[in-house]
This record gives sequence, structure tokens and C-alpha cells, in this order.
Amino acid sequence: MIQLDAIDKNILNMIQLDFPMEVHPFEELSDRLDISEKELLQRLERLNHEGALRRIGPIINTKKTGGISTLVAIKVPDSKINEIAKRINEHPEVSHNYLRHADYNIWFTLSAPSREHLDHIINTLKNETGYPVIDLPTIRLFKIGVKFNVR
Amino acid sequence: MSDEVKVHTQDRMLDEVNIRILKLTQDGISFTHSPFTHIAEELGISEEEIVDRIRYMQEHGFIRRFGASIGHRVVGITANAMCTWNVPDERVEEVGAVMAGFDEVTHCYERPRYPDWPYNLFTMVHSYTRDDCEEVARQISIATGISDYRLLYSEREFKKTGVRL
Repeated sequence: MIQLDAIDKNILNMIQLDFPMEVHPFEELSDRLDISEKELLQRLERLNHEGALRRIGPIINTKKTGGISTLVAIKVPDSKINEIAKRINEHPEVSHNYLRHADYNIWFTLSAPSREHLDHIINTLKNETGYPVIDLPTIRLFKIGVKFNVR
Repeated sequence: MSDEVKVHTQDRMLDEVNIRILKLTQDGISFTHSPFTHIAEELGISEEEIVDRIRYMQEHGFIRRFGASIGHRVVGITANAMCTWNVPDERVEEVGAVMAGFDEVTHCYERPRYPDWPYNLFTMVHSYTRDDCEEVARQISIATGISDYRLLYSEREFKKTGVRL
């Protein structure tokens, strides 16, 4: 786990939802943080290098950009977990993939341009592995607002 | 409305330049004084136009936000619970709204049930410890009266990327 001082924590909390969309965004941010831009850029490089900051970029809304996504769970014997997880990851349409302890133990999200495209991937996995799969597309969305409160 | 009109509208709002901006920034902008310079040069437009176009895409919902994605595990937010709830269909609207009101809940969705999967509401809870997550789930259960729920922790992360164009 990375060591963070108060300024690092401030930076991480500020750049998730309140990143200034300006030609020189880091200058504006450094003013808000009351540190020099040079110091801010050095801190961002370190946070990025150590993995605390994955990237600063667009969080794309698949619905609006014409895409469609779903959550899929598959029931895999323990001895096959690594093999199946790897096979799932080979699809670039997979954005998240986790092991969870439940009957259905591998949980992954798929995003693609069409429902047919999603069905194709799901059916391929079903047929290739023979394991039970449940497809859990969103029916209603109540919240999506990932912000991590770094404390 | 015909499909043709719909496609045309979409094209106009998310035109080729905007799509290229998303493709050129989706892996992250550089940490420099002028992070949009090389993108502007590549697209042959000004940095101001890039910024305006990103704002436009944000205002119109093509991107949810433009900002940082955090390596939450690296900073110590290692407990990540998917709480799944068995909510009577007629209460989903009301219960979903209550769950979404919890700060620790980052996502809240209704999803279909299956014969061997009765849980129809999904909330993601992220925190520093599993105890924290369990406490949040307990509070949600008290607030909603839903007592049939399960917490599924992520034991391993096989993949995590943003949604890509």
C-alpha cells in the first residue's frame, strides 16, 4: 500500500469529480491546492507510477455512445478458475473481471456495440466451457457515481 | 422516428472529431502544463476547441465525467463488496432510491432474477475494511427492511479497465 500525505489525499479526492477542464488544467488545480504546478505534476507522476492514480481521462457513457453492457456470472470449479478467468479476459469487451466467493464465482462486465455482440460472447463462453452462466443486464439504474473518499 | 434519423442525430452529436478525442484521451492525458497540445496537433484543431468539445460531451452525457480513475486498492480501499438484495418487485423503485442515497454505495442497479439467483438489486460498496462494508449493509438493511441479502467480496481482480471505444 502506498504512503500518502495530506496533500496527496487532497489531490486524489479533488481530481475524481472536480477536474478542471481547461487548456492548462494542472495550473488551475495547483492554484486550488496552493502548491506549485511543478510539485503537483511530480506528485501525479508518483501517484500514477505507484498505481494510486490509474489515469486522468474520460469516463465513457456506453449508453450514450451507442454501446450496451451487461454483468455476467459463471459457476466454475475451483481448479478451473485461472483457466476460465484467462479465457474471459481474452475478450477486449471485458472491462472488469473478479473472483467472488459464491456459487457463481467469476463475475465480469461486458461492453459492446450491440446486444447481439454481447450474446455472441456469452454463448461462446457457455458453449466452450459448459459451465452455467447468468446474464444480468441492468433493468433500472439507481446510481453510478464512483468516487472514492481517500482518507 | 426512423432509424436513419436517429443515427444522423447521434452522428452529429458525437462526430468523428469527438470520437477521436475520446480515443486519444481514454488511456489518460499526460501530466504536463499543456496536456492537450499533441492531441490538438494531431487533430489539426486548437486546444481550446478540444476543451470545449470535452465539456460538450460531458454536458450531453457522452462521458459521465472527465477525471481521475483511482487505484482504490493501492490507496487502501481494499474491501469491495457487491451486496445483492432480494427485493419484492413492487418495492424495487422505493428501495433502490434509498440504497442509492448511501454515500458508500457507488453503484446501484436492478438486474434480472434466475431460478438459482433470486437477488435482483445490486449495490457496490467500497471501503477500507470488510467490517466497514458489513456495517453499511446492515444499515441499508435496517433502512429498507430488506433482510435477504448477500455480500460478495472480490477475492481477486483478474481485469479492470475503463470502458473503451
